[in-house]
Amino acid sequence: MDGPKIFEKLKAAMPDAVMASGSFAGQDWVEVERGNSLSVLRLLRDDPDFSFDCLMDLTAVDWLNQGMPERFCVVYNLFSYRDKIYFRVKTWVPEEDPVVDSASGLWKSAPWAEREVFDLYGIEFEGHPNLKRLMLPEYYTGHPLRKDYPLTGAGERDHFQKYNRETGE
Amino acid sequence: MEVEKELEGDLGSRRMIINFGPQHPATHGTLRNLIELDGEIVTKLTPEIGYLHSGFEKLAEYRTYNQVVTITDRMNYLSPLSNNVGFAMAVEEMMGLKITPRCAAIRVVLSELSRIADHVLSVGLQAMDLGAFSVMLWTFIEREKLYDIFEAVTGARLTTSYTRIGGVFRDVPPDFEEMCRTFMGKCSKTIDEIESVLNENRIFLDRTKGVGKISREDAISFGLTGPLLRSCGVPRDIRKDRPYLGYEGYEFDIVTAEEGDVYARYEVRVGEMRQALRIVDQALAKMPKGPVNVDDPRVALPAKDAFNKPQGGMEGLIYHFKNYMFGHGVCPPKGEIYSSTEAPNGELGWYIVSDGTQKPWRMRVRPPSLYNYQAFPRMTEGKLLSDMVAVLSSLNVIAGELDR
Amino acid sequence: MGLESWMPEGVLTTSVEKVVNWARKSSLWPMPFGTACCAIELMATLASRYDLARFGAEVIRFSPRQSDLMIVSGRISLKMMPVLYKIWEQMPEPKWCISMGACASCGGIFDNYAMIQGVDRFIPVDVYVPGCPPRPESVIDAIMKVQEIVERDRLRPSPSKAG
Repeated sequence: MDGPKIFEKLKAAMPDAVMASGSFAGQDWVEVERGNSLSVLRLLRDDPDFSFDCLMDLTAVDWLNQGMPERFCVVYNLFSYRDKIYFRVKTWVPEEDPVVDSASGLWKSAPWAEREVFDLYGIEFEGHPNLKRLMLPEYYTGHPLRKDYPLTGAGERDHFQKYNRETGE
Repeated sequence: MEVEKELEGDLGSRRMIINFGPQHPATHGTLRNLIELDGEIVTKLTPEIGYLHSGFEKLAEYRTYNQVVTITDRMNYLSPLSNNVGFAMAVEEMMGLKITPRCAAIRVVLSELSRIADHVLSVGLQAMDLGAFSVMLWTFIEREKLYDIFEAVTGARLTTSYTRIGGVFRDVPPDFEEMCRTFMGKCSKTIDEIESVLNENRIFLDRTKGVGKISREDAISFGLTGPLLRSCGVPRDIRKDRPYLGYEGYEFDIVTAEEGDVYARYEVRVGEMRQALRIVDQALAKMPKGPVNVDDPRVALPAKDAFNKPQGGMEGLIYHFKNYMFGHGVCPPKGEIYSSTEAPNGELGWYIVSDGTQKPWRMRVRPPSLYNYQAFPRMTEGKLLSDMVAVLSSLNVIAGELDR
Repeated sequence: MGLESWMPEGVLTTSVEKVVNWARKSSLWPMPFGTACCAIELMATLASRYDLARFGAEVIRFSPRQSDLMIVSGRISLKMMPVLYKIWEQMPEPKWCISMGACASCGGIFDNYAMIQGVDRFIPVDVYVPGCPPRPESVIDAIMKVQEIVERDRLRPSPSKAG
């Protein structure tokens, strides 16, 4: 079962969820609608034709000002141990309402990856058991990996307690 | 924290919370674990990471593709050459470049040597955590010998930054094969010594057999890869399933074990070191002659004496100049790719999105340590506190890769 | 605490100073605050080939209360800085600090939102070691420079809060 066949079967099974497909350098992906992303992923995991039993990676891309359908794109890289193939599922997430259904119930590798995406992009995952920041401190505000966040940050790295050798505090 | 409020009125009980890390001799790197204990049994374990978050992915968006290679060294700092090779391969796949056979053979030799470096240190630290300190000193001597080889080839001991898109930095020195073969002879003796100390040691066996077990289904669902997955009995190795760099031409076995506990992981790592020595032997014997860099002016710099020659010199100068100008140089076409290699820790994946310019639009590293560490609570909850240390050292969590 | 507190000011004999400084410099117990790649090079310095134990640094106990030299090796991120500060505060006087590598000294190649641009912005550093990572020989050179600093040290009332 390779990329184009998976796309056809998905389109036949869930015609209103699947929006487009793409291919580059021999790799295929499918773009699904935000509201139905969880059902598509569940189908890909459970259906015996697909059996994608491993979520290899979950990440997001910020397409600010590039003419894409929405600003953010959440990308799921799936892998099937039975057929040894990779497949990619992409969901477009708008900037005004960055919420997507969480895949933590489907694969055990999802929780931390989703926390990281929330931390660095600000995309919220509905149904996540513990959506807190992962990489940055709790008090941090802002989502650094967004394209409009400056590389050197907003001054958080300069404000810590300073030790005075003369007085010892 | 919520869990502290729960215990407030409960001072006379056996339940307590211990903070393990981020500064602790037994955590390999900056990891923090909050352990809730009931006597000596771990009831709940909450890992907290991010103490080494260095913003690699944001930094990569501001560097050209060849400059990103220097960043990739600092992720898995026990085997930086694997990272370099993986990244260069991902971009080359995106551009559709085919590297020369000599370059492929050199990359294979160095990847396998860095696999030995990573596994030997992992086994050494695992032994040190359980009390066998001398094993760690022996493994460090092996690493020093490898550092000598890496320094002769790349110029640096640890942060090698050796590969470039389309080739490598420079060809290996003439005595490379001799250095490697001397190392290989001594390394197999050291591995034999380590096995003789640890394999039948009562203390080591008691502390590692049956400890930290994880089932095969859990391992697949958690996204575990590398020695952790193979120790559960899943024969998954990217070098066999989707061969790259000419691995289909080398003969080696996939080392698996059945139990999925700490001892199985140790066995798999030692077995992989021996297989890596086999591959290095074959690659050195087969090392083809020829150029190391691909002959493509878009990507590789022309030879240094190209612009000193009177004829054709001007062209070399122009290509050299253009390679660094904005809009030229290594510019993959617009698109995205997910490419992965079998790093010592597991599947190191690279998801690179290119917008056609010199700098990547998004570079995402799929760190094997993140997914390996996520399964840690599953392996330790309900077990003893001292087992936790043994399991943590068997996971080989490298904080640079975990937090990026 | 220690010697300085019961020697009244003004009655400092140079030979006592010399002996005390010689004892202190020959048994510097380091506290390796290793985070990243430099920590691996520090471990290589402590291992058999570039043995740091010959400089008196035999005891690597990872406990701040029992050490007098902190070697900050590796990059320090936002989350790690309060931890570093706490560990530095927990060390008793007299204490010295080596900032090993480019990341600890000035931020290194990581000039971004997540990295402290040099630990000397927040804790006092005595010796900086350049390199990414520095070779073990450079680290040994840094330890010897700290030994020179300790040798020149005058016995004076220590400023620690406990003393």
